[in-house]
Amino acid sequence: MTSLRDRRVVVTGLGATTPVGGTVPQTWDAILAGQSGARPMEYDWVSKYELPVTFAATIKVPPIEVLTKVETRRLDPSSQYALIASREAWADAGSPDVDPERLGVVIGSGIGGVWTLLDQWDNLREKGPRRVYPLAVPMLMPNGPAAAVSLELGARAGAHTPVSACASGAEGMGYAIEMIRTGRADIVVAGGTEAAVHALPIAGFAAMQALSTRNDEPELASRPYDIDRDGFVLGEGSALIVLESEEHARARGARVYAELASVGISSDAHHITAPEPEGAGASRAMLAAIERADLDLRDIIHVNAHATSTPVGDIAEYNAIKRAFGDFTDHLTVTATKSMTGHLLGAAGALEAVFTILSVYHRTVPATINLDHQDPAIALNVVTGEHQTLPAGDIAALNNSFGFGGHNVALAIRSI
Amino acid sequence: MAQSEQEILAGLADIVNEETGLDTASVEMDKSFTDDLDIDSLSMMTIVVNAEEKFGVRIPDSEVKNLKTVRDAVTFIGGAQS
Repeated sequence: MTSLRDRRVVVTGLGATTPVGGTVPQTWDAILAGQSGARPMEYDWVSKYELPVTFAATIKVPPIEVLTKVETRRLDPSSQYALIASREAWADAGSPDVDPERLGVVIGSGIGGVWTLLDQWDNLREKGPRRVYPLAVPMLMPNGPAAAVSLELGARAGAHTPVSACASGAEGMGYAIEMIRTGRADIVVAGGTEAAVHALPIAGFAAMQALSTRNDEPELASRPYDIDRDGFVLGEGSALIVLESEEHARARGARVYAELASVGISSDAHHITAPEPEGAGASRAMLAAIERADLDLRDIIHVNAHATSTPVGDIAEYNAIKRAFGDFTDHLTVTATKSMTGHLLGAAGALEAVFTILSVYHRTVPATINLDHQDPAIALNVVTGEHQTLPAGDIAALNNSFGFGGHNVALAIRSI
Repeated sequence: MAQSEQEILAGLADIVNEETGLDTASVEMDKSFTDDLDIDSLSMMTIVVNAEEKFGVRIPDSEVKNLKTVRDAVTFIGGAQS
């Protein structure tokens, strides 16, 4: 009998809609070209409320260009993004033939259907309760995207929505690994989605001084590790992957990108928003992922960092990496793709997992942009300028995600 | 001002199309909302509220269950307008 650890979980499909592209290939090409998705927001509420931040990394391809009018009407944007990503991921995996009761969906979200919540609140106040859309509740509930995708695919093994702020997407992938390892499913569509580029989240993040206010230069605003970083850039979109037991994938001759080898999870219990400054919790998550994947520190050669471009967060993550890797820190090729995509909150970990998977698959690490003067307090080998090639042979990488509330999630990805 | 049955039917078909994506031509007088057009109760409520706005009438919640066919709705709206 095989042990749980022997039941390997592999990645057979990728899907995404992001601030830099409407698909994974478009997004990957844009990232390798160093393109920023940050741009001025074109909503009337920006000037109406005199928001202190007037830009965001908004979706590159509006859903109305790819979905039907009825789909966009009956689904919150967070579900629309997930549906778009799921269709790409499923097709990319070869639309596998699978028993519906062995197919699961896990889609994390940090905030849920905030567009619907606010729009329907406006309807209630301006037109009365009868004008509140009857689908308001299923549209605004955070599990709406997972439910929509399970309906789309006929997935009956379970549909789940981990909520852990900016670690939600990574946690979704971790949950999916466990679903397959424990025998609940053969295939799980997993990741995250977020559509929170709206006045209230922006005002809230701005009030806590978490956002960059570089309104005149949106493309230069997300600058992880740079000495002049002043906060993150809010992004939106969805990234989903098709995870499959290796046995199932091999039996159907599927193309395999990489192994999603493990998830490491911890919580800080330190502060509701501030990361534990020494990185104790985050380093435990990284070490747990490495151990559970049967890897050694020296096996990890690449880290796609959480690195949101906040002054405090980037240093805390560096401290955590240093604490976990010690002298091996110098062996890591690090990148911060949020410099281009902005911060997709509950979809961030999922999108960066896709990048990490592609980095391992293509042996290519995208460069971090806007890193003009690296913070001297952060001694990491960060890729800048041109993308960097990874060596041939067996390699492994980590993807870090941390969320308000002290949630730490690290995913280990290994070449096949 | 009262509209003709055909005008109400056409307006109702537009509302159904917007909410469900069904072709307007499929919204015929003798079709049942649930059995033929596959419209669920949530969509029906949206259609009713949009019809109230479009036709300037009030359709009480207690009346909605009686609107089984498209003709039922057209007749009720026509009657409420006159």
